Amino acid sequence: MSDRAYEHIVRAEKLCVSFGKVRALTDIDLAIGRNEIVGLIGDNGAGKSTLIKTLTGVIPPSSGRLFIRDQAVDWNNFSVRRAHDLRFETVYQEKSLGEKQPLWRNFFVGRQIVNRFGFINVREERRIANEILQRQLGFRGVGIDAESTVSKLSGGERQGIAIGRAMHFDADLIILDEPTTALAIKEVQKVLDFVRRIKESGRAAIYIEHNLAHVHALADRLVVLDRGRIVANIRPAEMDLEELTRFLIGLQQTKHAGVAA
Amino acid sequence: MSGTPMKQTAPMLARRPAFKLEGLPIIVVFFVLIGLFIGFAPGVFLNWPIYNSFLVTIPPMLILSLGLTLVIAAGEIDLSFPAVIALSGFLFAYVTRHFGMPWLGLAAAIAGGAVIGIINGWLVAVIGIPSIIITIGTSFFWSGVATVLSGGMSYTLQRLTGSAINGVFAGTLFGIPAEAFWALGVAVAVWFILNRHRFGEHLLFIGDSREVARVVGINTMRERIKLFVLMGALAGFASVLMTLENLSYFPTQGQGILLSALAAVFIGGTSVFGGSATVVGSFFGALIIGMLDAGIVATGVAGFWVEVIVGLVFVSAVVLHIGLDDPARLRLLHRRLRGRT
Repeated sequence: MSDRAYEHIVRAEKLCVSFGKVRALTDIDLAIGRNEIVGLIGDNGAGKSTLIKTLTGVIPPSSGRLFIRDQAVDWNNFSVRRAHDLRFETVYQEKSLGEKQPLWRNFFVGRQIVNRFGFINVREERRIANEILQRQLGFRGVGIDAESTVSKLSGGERQGIAIGRAMHFDADLIILDEPTTALAIKEVQKVLDFVRRIKESGRAAIYIEHNLAHVHALADRLVVLDRGRIVANIRPAEMDLEELTRFLIGLQQTKHAGVAA
Repeated sequence: MSGTPMKQTAPMLARRPAFKLEGLPIIVVFFVLIGLFIGFAPGVFLNWPIYNSFLVTIPPMLILSLGLTLVIAAGEIDLSFPAVIALSGFLFAYVTRHFGMPWLGLAAAIAGGAVIGIINGWLVAVIGIPSIIITIGTSFFWSGVATVLSGGMSYTLQRLTGSAINGVFAGTLFGIPAEAFWALGVAVAVWFILNRHRFGEHLLFIGDSREVARVVGINTMRERIKLFVLMGALAGFASVLMTLENLSYFPTQGQGILLSALAAVFIGGTSVFGGSATVVGSFFGALIIGMLDAGIVATGVAGFWVEVIVGLVFVSAVVLHIGLDDPARLRLLHRRLRGRT
């Protein structure tokens, strides 16, 4: 396991992103501690996914600075690949797992344990996959093992597998893009448990979510985005769910007022 | 990093059988078929010669169906291999006849297939044309090229009688035709590529979902080009086996093999949807397809019935497979048939 001798896994300073004339993000200042779960909330189009994509090298910013593990990032040298090397992992709603493939292949695909001729050490991959399933994810006695195929898992379990994979490959920052959307309540519970494991294991996470109750219950801090700006940093302990909801509705109203004016 | 086991309702039932032999349903079909043949024509099927002739005629088709298994696993298709057989066979015959160097001819045949594969792969993976469309086009093109170059004429290669290359690829070892050993070797290699090699795993993920494959960091373009190159090279090799066995080259020698090789793959239980494939299944599928013709005739059924019976065996094998081997696929099929618009 990497030693995490840094203050912030990622810190943005005055980050701006434009698409042509459209300002998507304006002066984003955001610092995420090394073991912090940050919930990112905001209306559709507030800039949540643009922010995530900038932090993971998908979209280059138009200005601003980024620090990863307190080291300044050279934008010319920043890419999806680089973010991967810096141990940022994104767990997408779907599209993270091969449906018909067994879990051990899904854990290691792209990073297989191979000999120098490219042949996979299946026994080793299976062993480690079972270990991740049992130790890291707590899939014990539930009829799921390294040989199970993804198509037989529930939505929540799939998110768990993707999170487990990120943890195994020692991601220090795991980005969850609406992981509970379209899941049944029991499944949501599973995903929230998996996110708690990220916290327990000393890592950081950015958690994008529409459902306020879920983020509120889980995040150390909520960052509210509105029209490309960070408008609030909220500690869930200091604002209950109801107040939070009211606050966000208030934001909506100023937005409409703004449009009307 | 330990944690308490996840809260969970009652443990679920085992989600799959404890032991599963790859391609089992088709292996059963294979032996049932042999049993039927022996029952109906003991005089033929209890003697060696018929098996000897199978071991000569089946290998080229078997090698093609092995290559196709990988192609179909990746969710692609290659219909241009009959054209590769025509062109690679020509290259082999031409180099052998005009330069007297059959080994160079072998290299030329395999390289020719590989070049056709590069072009197919490039059109599919880089330009983005569906492989079922583009390989129909390249198939016409290359078989046309083969006809033009050969002038539509066949080449006899009787001078290779007794040569080293003929012994290696069309001779016998312990009384068994050499082709059979080559086919078995290719089968083992392809099994390891698909099931134990990084390349095969990439193909499976690409066939499963190209989007997922990209997200997990697979270079889907490069891997698909490699795939078509491998298919082309295998077809080139199969072409040389055919040419050497007959000791002559016909521009039409790839014709009629297209459906047989595809049928072998699907009879074996490989999913047409990509993402899963069975090399063992294709192996026995090719044996079944290859045996049916001669077998049915030998049992005394009129030759007219051959295709009817081939069709019946094909359909029942595929249905049996879906029902026995993987009920999940039956559901998938249901969903696709109903859900597709």
